[in-house]
Amino acid sequence: MTTIRQTIKYDAERDRNFPKEIMSRHGCEKLYGCIQCGTCSATCPVSSYMDHTPRQLMALTRAGFKKEVLSSLTIWLCASCYACTVDCPKEIKITDIMYALKRHAIEEGVYPKRFPIPILAREFFKMVKNRGRVTENELAVRMFLQSNWFAMVSTWRLGLNLMRTGRFSMKPESMDRPEKLASLFQGGPR
Amino acid sequence: MKFTYFPGCSLKGSGRAYEESLFVVCKQLGVELEELDDWNCCGATAYMAVSERQAFGLAARNLALAEQKPHELIAPCSACYMVLKKTQKYVAEYPKIGQEVHEALKRGGLNYAGTAKIRHPLDVLVNDIGLDAIKKQVKNPLKGFKVAPYYGCQIVRPYADFDDQHDPVLMDKLFKALGAEVVKYPLKTRCCGGSLTGTLPEAGLGLSFHILREAQRRGANVLATVCPLCQFNLDAYQRDMSNKFEPVHMPIVYFTQLMGLAFGLDAKTLGLQRGIISIEPLLKKQEVVA
Amino acid sequence: MKEQSNGDIRIGCYICHCGTNIAGVVNVKAVADYAAKLPGVVVSRDYKYMCSDPGQVLIQQDIKEHKLNRIVVASCSPLLHEHTFRNALEGGGLNPFCLQMVNIREHDAWVHEPGEPATEKARALVRAAIKRVALHKPLEKKETKINRDVLVVGGGIAGIHASLTLANGGMTVYLVEREATIGGHMAKFDKTFPTLDCAACILTPKMSAVGENKNIKLWTYSEIVKVEGFVGNYKVTVKRKPRYIIEDLCVGCMKCVEACVFKEGKTPDGFNEGLSKRKPVYMPFPQATPPVVLFDPEACIQLKTGKCKKTCVEACDRNAIKFDQKEELIEINVGTIILATGFKTFDGKRLPQYGYGAHPNVFSALQVERMVNASGPTEGHITLKDGSKPKAVGIIHCVGSRDNRTHRWCSRVCCMYSMKLAHLIKQHTDAEVFNFYIDIRAPGKGYEEFYERLQEEGVHFIRGRVAEVTDWATRKDEEGRLVIRVEDTLAGFVRRIPVDMVVLANGLEPQTDSQDVRRMFNISCSTEGWFLERHPKLAPVNTFTDGIFLAGCCQGPKDIPDTVAQAGAAAAEAYALINAGVIELEPNTSFVVADDCSGCKTCIPLCPYTAISRDDVSKKAVINEALCKGCGVCVAACPSGSIHQNLFEDEEIFSEIEAIL
Repeated sequence: MTTIRQTIKYDAERDRNFPKEIMSRHGCEKLYGCIQCGTCSATCPVSSYMDHTPRQLMALTRAGFKKEVLSSLTIWLCASCYACTVDCPKEIKITDIMYALKRHAIEEGVYPKRFPIPILAREFFKMVKNRGRVTENELAVRMFLQSNWFAMVSTWRLGLNLMRTGRFSMKPESMDRPEKLASLFQGGPR
Repeated sequence: MKFTYFPGCSLKGSGRAYEESLFVVCKQLGVELEELDDWNCCGATAYMAVSERQAFGLAARNLALAEQKPHELIAPCSACYMVLKKTQKYVAEYPKIGQEVHEALKRGGLNYAGTAKIRHPLDVLVNDIGLDAIKKQVKNPLKGFKVAPYYGCQIVRPYADFDDQHDPVLMDKLFKALGAEVVKYPLKTRCCGGSLTGTLPEAGLGLSFHILREAQRRGANVLATVCPLCQFNLDAYQRDMSNKFEPVHMPIVYFTQLMGLAFGLDAKTLGLQRGIISIEPLLKKQEVVA
Repeated sequence: MKEQSNGDIRIGCYICHCGTNIAGVVNVKAVADYAAKLPGVVVSRDYKYMCSDPGQVLIQQDIKEHKLNRIVVASCSPLLHEHTFRNALEGGGLNPFCLQMVNIREHDAWVHEPGEPATEKARALVRAAIKRVALHKPLEKKETKINRDVLVVGGGIAGIHASLTLANGGMTVYLVEREATIGGHMAKFDKTFPTLDCAACILTPKMSAVGENKNIKLWTYSEIVKVEGFVGNYKVTVKRKPRYIIEDLCVGCMKCVEACVFKEGKTPDGFNEGLSKRKPVYMPFPQATPPVVLFDPEACIQLKTGKCKKTCVEACDRNAIKFDQKEELIEINVGTIILATGFKTFDGKRLPQYGYGAHPNVFSALQVERMVNASGPTEGHITLKDGSKPKAVGIIHCVGSRDNRTHRWCSRVCCMYSMKLAHLIKQHTDAEVFNFYIDIRAPGKGYEEFYERLQEEGVHFIRGRVAEVTDWATRKDEEGRLVIRVEDTLAGFVRRIPVDMVVLANGLEPQTDSQDVRRMFNISCSTEGWFLERHPKLAPVNTFTDGIFLAGCCQGPKDIPDTVAQAGAAAAEAYALINAGVIELEPNTSFVVADDCSGCKTCIPLCPYTAISRDDVSKKAVINEALCKGCGVCVAACPSGSIHQNLFEDEEIFSEIEAIL
């Protein structure tokens, strides 16, 4: 059975504060000048995998369609390669906007369950807070455990290769005195 | 010449070969490296996704520590390099961030002046030491090596302080000086996928694959990188790529490893055995004494 | 006030509301009341619009009724209405220089918040003006004759049209063009939008007309090197570069070119945008005006080494070749100058992601124009560098335009010419043509209809700014071709489109030496480098320097109809001055009080208008009032203070300062 769906965007759905908030972030001020040229999407190496292209996301953000923006997979696919930022003719720091959207989404808990990328970000965050440095394999294991067990199983060959070449360090990386970082973490994340 | 050395989390783990080869090559060229005492993670790309203020604070702590020494700071990992530079710029440009970072660091008993000079080893070795000094050290010119230099993203974007943003040439010049043949190919600054190869391989794998395939098509028999994550992505997944797309097979090295080879240094000290795809066949074929 | 020797001073003071412009910020009534109490003020009023007819009549009535002999008007900038009020004074029977204007709009109301501080500032400024105006002396305007000859700099369509208009009206026009022929960029085009008229067919009749017109002195291959003087009386030095040909003898038969020892050309031909090569002796293009060849001293063996068979000299039966020709400096006197120096195109190499200069089949728009042209390097065939026909062509709009990293502005003509090229390419090759745009800008007469026509012809218009042109192939059908990666923003996905040929619609930018040129003529430039018009809406062809006018793209990017219209406008402005015959000079000139002058000569080299000279008999400085523009440099520099300036006497300025403090 084919399902017929209707899509009209009503003005009441817009969150007028959302674009103002995003544009008040450092580096995100120039979004008002976006002429929707599409250079960002064209140069982004992962844009063809995104549900909304970077340009579409900018338009949605500027218009205030917060739900669509934060639930889009686009913000997680961004690998921060800065290709868009470098080519944008209006000098919009698109990568910084993507980061701001990531932070928003994590704060509001809006992302698919067991989605590996925000899980990775969270685990990274915790590890650095506790030990000051990241132990790569432990980080990978933690991420897999919380997102996709089976995927981890299929990385057995990679694990063996890393052990064989001495790149699989068993020793956890840590600062001598990680508590020195505590002063940086006061005030909660933003 | 003395520099303060910021390894970052990768160079002690999966990127060990980068550190090993960097140390050995620097020693040969008379560059002294002193590791930054009690450094912390720079935050890479993950931290900025959770908290902007803390991310800048983390990176700024390293800069504040580096300022205590009079030397310039070398950060080999492209992500660390970019994050440190970005932090320095944003703290200077945006007073609000600057204020928060200063306060946070003060609470930890550190002073931040924004004067640390952040350098990448490619820049230091080619521009500061110079190609002439490097040429003098070459005992085994890399004859038969067809190198595809892969710059990746973060040493040329968004800040291109030492090379062109769209068409960088520093590695090309370096490898020519080492006697190798340099393969020109259009994907030398295209993103390898970063952490996507591990988290979302459906999207990430293709990115690294295309870089390898194009280099291979243009005749390269080895690919040189400047970043431990790029090296990992291009090195560790060739089997998966070959299964999913087309066969690719190429050893992936760090540019410092090629320098060490050309200098005639021992392959083990350069960490060449740490490549998942082995470089042995190429070495044997070209009869480069290592 | 009575201390001055001007007699009984009776001042009328008028504070303008300017609607709410001033009154909304400054308490104008309070200022008027304050002024009324100041010494010397007989009448003090505030009024809604002083510049209006009733406002001016108010002043004139007061002059008669109250026997006023000095007027202060506190309103907008003197640049706007000083003239108006001076005329009003004259109409009321008072010398126009007994006026002092106070700017309480641009200097006060428009830059401050409403409130007491703004009003206090207005009071201080008015107080200063009142003190100053008492010291004003009635001055007489001088007149100077306007020389009827006109200089037109630049021989593109703008310069050509302006020259013909003035010459046909009987003026003598010096048309000075830097290249060896007139015609400018338009001579390179094949067809013009939207009518698809052949560019040469409409341009060459005008070029011939210039060549034949007895009133036009056509000096090609010449440049301006020095400009002195002022409106009506400019003295210009023209450098005529050596062609190594006696222009009057050459008939353009081109036997010398045929006979040249170079069997084929080795120098890239600038006219064909580097797509062909020419010999050291060459005709710039077949319809060049004047139809005279020239020698390239960088390429000609005789000129470089002195050792050549000189087969060209043998072949020339007019004895027109002269290898020892030197450059000539000629001084001319003109009354008005029209600048029509045109533009240059953006260099595609600045955007390496598009591959210009790296991939052989990425062309600039001008290169494609030359290819399409039947008298061009490929005789009208559009081919790839290897001679084959392209099956698909991509035209990229906005190259070097609308981009903060290169040029912020829109170059105005590229959408139209890109569509024109799309049409021509389709006509000549049958290729599939894609135009990649951000917006289609088609605002002129017949322009939108042209766009419709192009759509009907089946050209693909894809809305998306191209990120890169690459030879990286991901599929078999992309191999060996150039791939354009773009987001089709209207269809909503990213596309990879393989083409054989890429055309860059390069934007327009100011000429490389536009800063040097504008300094030489003493006019202003905008921040982007285009020559600055006096007012963007109401005076688009005048500059801030009287007697110098602008025409064409040197003032900003525009198409041919607008260029020709502007050229006509500039000619009309010049003619208005010429027909008036005289121009009134501002009397705010400087003069030397001979008794105080010690003859130290400090002032003489400082004058930008060379108005000061040393009298051999008295051994003192003398200022030529006709040349003096009243800049005040000599006044400030004179160590003995013997130079004074009308309207800007020391006492006048000091009184203002005192009053403000």
